[in-house]
Amino acid sequence: MSATQAPSAFTASLRHARHVVTGNAVTAGAFALFFLLLLCAAFGPLIAPYDPLASNTMIALQPPSWAHPFGTDQLGRDILSRVVVATRLDMTVAIASVALVFALGGLAGVAAGFFGGWTDRVVGRIADTIMAFPLFVLAMGIVAALGNTVTNIVIATAIVNFPLYARLARAEASIRREAGFVLAARLTGNSELRILLTQILPNILPIMAVQVSLTMGYAILNAAGLSFIGLGVRPPTPEWGIMVAEGASFIVSGEWWVALFPGLALMLAVFCFNLLGDGLRDIVDPQRRS
Amino acid sequence: MSSTITENPPLLEVRDLTVEFATRAGPVQAVRQVSLSIRKGETVGIVGESGSGKSVTSYAVMRILDRAGKIATGSIGFFGIDLPGLPEREMRDLRGREISMIFQNPRAALNPIRAVGRQIEDVLIRHAQATRATARARAIEMLTQVRIARPEERYHAYPFELSGGMCQRIVIALALACRPQLLIADEPTTGLDVTTQKTVMELVTELTRARGMSTLLITHDLGLAAAYCDRVVVMERGRVVEDALAKDIFRAPQHPYTRRLLRATPRPGARLPDLLPEGEAPPLDAPQSAPGLVLLDVIGLVKEFPRAAEGGIGAWLRRGPALPPARAVDGISFQIRRGESVGLVGESGCGKSTTSMMVMRLIDRTSGSIQFDGQELGEIAPRAFTRSPLRRRIQMVFQDPTDSLNPRYTAERAIADPILRMGDLRGAGLEARCRELARLVGLPEALLGRFPHQLSGGQKARVGIARAIALNPELVVLDEPTAALDVSVQAVVLNLLQELKVRLGMSYLFVSHDLHVVKLLCDRVIVMRQGRIVEQGPTEQVLNHPTADYTRELLAAAPSPP
Amino acid sequence: MRTVALRLAGAIPALIGVILATFVLTRVLPGDTASYFAGPTASAESIAQIRAELGLDRPLPEQFLRYITALTHGDLGMSLTTGQPVLNDLAARLPASAELTLSALLLAMLIAIPLGILAAVKQGSMADHACRILVTGGVSLPVFFTGLLLVYVFYFLLGWSPAPLGRLDAFASAPPTVTGFFLVDTLLIGDTETFRAALAQMVLPVCTLSLFALAPIARIARASMLAVLGSDFVRTARASGLSPRAVILTYGFRNAMLPVLTTLGMVFSFLLGANVLVEKVFAWPGVGSYAVEALIASDFAPVQGFVLAMAILYVLLNLAIDLLYGLVDPRARMTA
Repeated sequence: MSATQAPSAFTASLRHARHVVTGNAVTAGAFALFFLLLLCAAFGPLIAPYDPLASNTMIALQPPSWAHPFGTDQLGRDILSRVVVATRLDMTVAIASVALVFALGGLAGVAAGFFGGWTDRVVGRIADTIMAFPLFVLAMGIVAALGNTVTNIVIATAIVNFPLYARLARAEASIRREAGFVLAARLTGNSELRILLTQILPNILPIMAVQVSLTMGYAILNAAGLSFIGLGVRPPTPEWGIMVAEGASFIVSGEWWVALFPGLALMLAVFCFNLLGDGLRDIVDPQRRS
Repeated sequence: MSSTITENPPLLEVRDLTVEFATRAGPVQAVRQVSLSIRKGETVGIVGESGSGKSVTSYAVMRILDRAGKIATGSIGFFGIDLPGLPEREMRDLRGREISMIFQNPRAALNPIRAVGRQIEDVLIRHAQATRATARARAIEMLTQVRIARPEERYHAYPFELSGGMCQRIVIALALACRPQLLIADEPTTGLDVTTQKTVMELVTELTRARGMSTLLITHDLGLAAAYCDRVVVMERGRVVEDALAKDIFRAPQHPYTRRLLRATPRPGARLPDLLPEGEAPPLDAPQSAPGLVLLDVIGLVKEFPRAAEGGIGAWLRRGPALPPARAVDGISFQIRRGESVGLVGESGCGKSTTSMMVMRLIDRTSGSIQFDGQELGEIAPRAFTRSPLRRRIQMVFQDPTDSLNPRYTAERAIADPILRMGDLRGAGLEARCRELARLVGLPEALLGRFPHQLSGGQKARVGIARAIALNPELVVLDEPTAALDVSVQAVVLNLLQELKVRLGMSYLFVSHDLHVVKLLCDRVIVMRQGRIVEQGPTEQVLNHPTADYTRELLAAAPSPP
Repeated sequence: MRTVALRLAGAIPALIGVILATFVLTRVLPGDTASYFAGPTASAESIAQIRAELGLDRPLPEQFLRYITALTHGDLGMSLTTGQPVLNDLAARLPASAELTLSALLLAMLIAIPLGILAAVKQGSMADHACRILVTGGVSLPVFFTGLLLVYVFYFLLGWSPAPLGRLDAFASAPPTVTGFFLVDTLLIGDTETFRAALAQMVLPVCTLSLFALAPIARIARASMLAVLGSDFVRTARASGLSPRAVILTYGFRNAMLPVLTTLGMVFSFLLGANVLVEKVFAWPGVGSYAVEALIASDFAPVQGFVLAMAILYVLLNLAIDLLYGLVDPRARMTA
């Protein structure tokens, strides 16, 4: 870095990002996997070799073969096609719930941390109450009360993640509330709202982004878990959790492929987001390497 | 005493020591070819600014470098034993028994969840200086020796229940429990108040002298080294640049770096320009105009904080009588005239920062009056003050230059912020003004596009100052503006502040814990203690003929080079 | 004793929150309870009648009062599927779930804590790599999927474990209930054969659950031990010549356990959720599978009872953790 020409923070962080991605094969792999998931989510029905809903009892429960690389299920449907097509639904549920909680939890937390007082108490009490429940159990209860639909799975997942986001945002905002640069902004005539928007939020967003990536995996697991016990998505809609549930009864008789492939897809998706989160954290905060 | 010392063989002999740290960019040498020796009974100081390698040297002697660091070359002889070659097991026997160490930040240096007495016992038992049966009595004896009152009771105390000064005394007890030959003190008083600093250093001196021990004192503070060391080793960027008897080094420093360091250190009799390196242009010679009209008039200012808030059922269960609120500032009155700088001095918790925050309208007052240019500020709530036309006339420079800059703003954006909010310059005019301000504070224009993490501490301090003066304020509050800086940078920044004051006709309220620094910049000094003013008057008078005992105590406690 | 009382008092707001939230879930949210009870073919009158019977036509505060009164009598409503009071059903099934969850938590702690500590002490060693793999893998594995994989490998392929069908196979008979934990009850009457049968049934579900709980515990144990080892007071201990054993155990371990203790609460929350899924996979007759069955049958009283019971259990566990924390950390004792 020369003394006369300082690289902007953007190019510097871009270079650091490149370093993280290329210097770390694992993160690079995670990125590749992420693009594969995006591809399946976007073009799933086009990629899938068969109609995911077309049953043919003649070829029921066939093990993996060239015609059906992942085998067929009890109704003779092609498992590969179903796994690919299910990506969109699983991703949508996860992304929608995380986006929802990112907006609500993040804002509530930042407001609580920055303004303190009753805002803090209300947000804190809500978060505490949610945290007093075992989270998956609460999600079950919420879906049971709101009604058994996919939308409610999204809402339930967002609600159980709320404390995580609200607390993180609150902590980050409240340590910055009295930071020197915030006091300085106050002296230079910035209103409280402007300070919140220009001084606090931009400095918290990267940390929140890491949180998003880390909880995305949990959101996928939570949604899949709910559909595994029969909530939300109904058969014959292809969805990983419900496919594993359908395959569960064939495990004891040795037809492993029915449950294995959707389960693997689920695992890889979660794995991918967790690795991405670790990689992102390295980009945002080089000091806090895991 | 030094005449007898020189005849002893050296206790510790470091030869050509080089310490390397493995980093992502390859090995970095933190210490290069360092040689030094300590004789029995001698106190040697290693003095240097941050990054000089002084602490790393001492860690290498103890062999407690972290994983990335290793001794690359050189020898460390202790009593003729070569320490780098010693098996770790034998080295452990030496640590604490023959060589001990005390650290900066004493509270963190103690195990937070173990009673302090037990921690002393651990060391005694480890080195077979006591058995389980006798350890307790020995530990209490050590507590007595470091002047801990009620030692039997304090034996059971945890670090969080003790003050910083007391924690440092516990660490000293821990270090001296096994009667070692050598004590390494790594910045032992940094972060402690000057009066505490003095008692801690005197305790160390007394105990080590009584035991005939040698001491290696690592410090950034030339004054401290001058007061307590027989010999001083000066380090700069990993190398020893000078090694001489203390009395010689302060009278006739040989190396240019030592000279520069010595010049930059505030000391009795020195004026502000004296702090700058030889041959560097002194700031505008202050045309000593008599102070003008009263600009700030503080009358009977009080700030109360509620006692540690505990709400809910817990508090209700205890049902104790409500405690009266704590008075951080207890009815103080003072004035600042136009063109005057006033120093507000005191130890931590004396209320000086709270006072400055109230004047700045960052927090509200409990009662009393703050008049600025005849207008009552106290009536304007801090939140509403943002929109007050008075806002731009009072500005502030913060203590920590890093913390006070938004990591996502460039230097230029940071300087422009007050103009964007309260000024009317935009576009090219704004840009020109930013460049002008950068010139004023001595920040190279090329650095305006940089982000805080790309700037040095001194450069960040300049950005903070430029931002504060961007709107030509009349009163600037300086909250320990140089406390986080090395002395050489401090000298430059202090001179810059003086020059700006004269050139722009501002008034300063300079908040500091350091009387020697305040003296350089201020016309008048206010000494605070426990929320009250114990003394105020012209700087010369307060420093040379203090009337309050507390001022005398503060002056006596602050070490300074001769 | 005072601290204990204060902690107990501190748990009250959480309990109130839980009860209030459960009430909100049952009454206020959309989804008409009465039409559920009446069934899809019910007429408007019969729905209205059921509504009146359930007290759903009263103002909310009154409904809440009734709800609280019922709770204090232990009345959680009736299960439509079993025809029993929900409280009885839950009480009968809770030991099965508790035995599973607690064993899993214990097993996970026994493996994860030493592993995490070892990984931190010997950075870059085999233990460190093992820990990293376990941590990344463990959090990515859907717990129901792990369960199925284990069943396939150990039951179908290897035949080492019994069929995943509950707490005991068809030939064994349950021991007389003392604690409700089969492992304890069989030993109490000295029935080693049933003990072994019960143990065999438990191995796979417990492993599934603890595999899931391992990751967060090992992760936090490693991270907090690393932080402690880098702290100033460990430096002091090393500079005083204390042995590595004393440094790691007396100075490092106890301090590193504080964050682990805090995380245990979180892990237990995950475990109670995962328990539901594992019970379904292994046909375990616990509260989780009871709730799932009820949920599928749109039988809501058991679900609500289950959610409330789990939440109360969890609040109590957090209380226990708080008390334990106070024992280890003197600072927590002061700021009770």
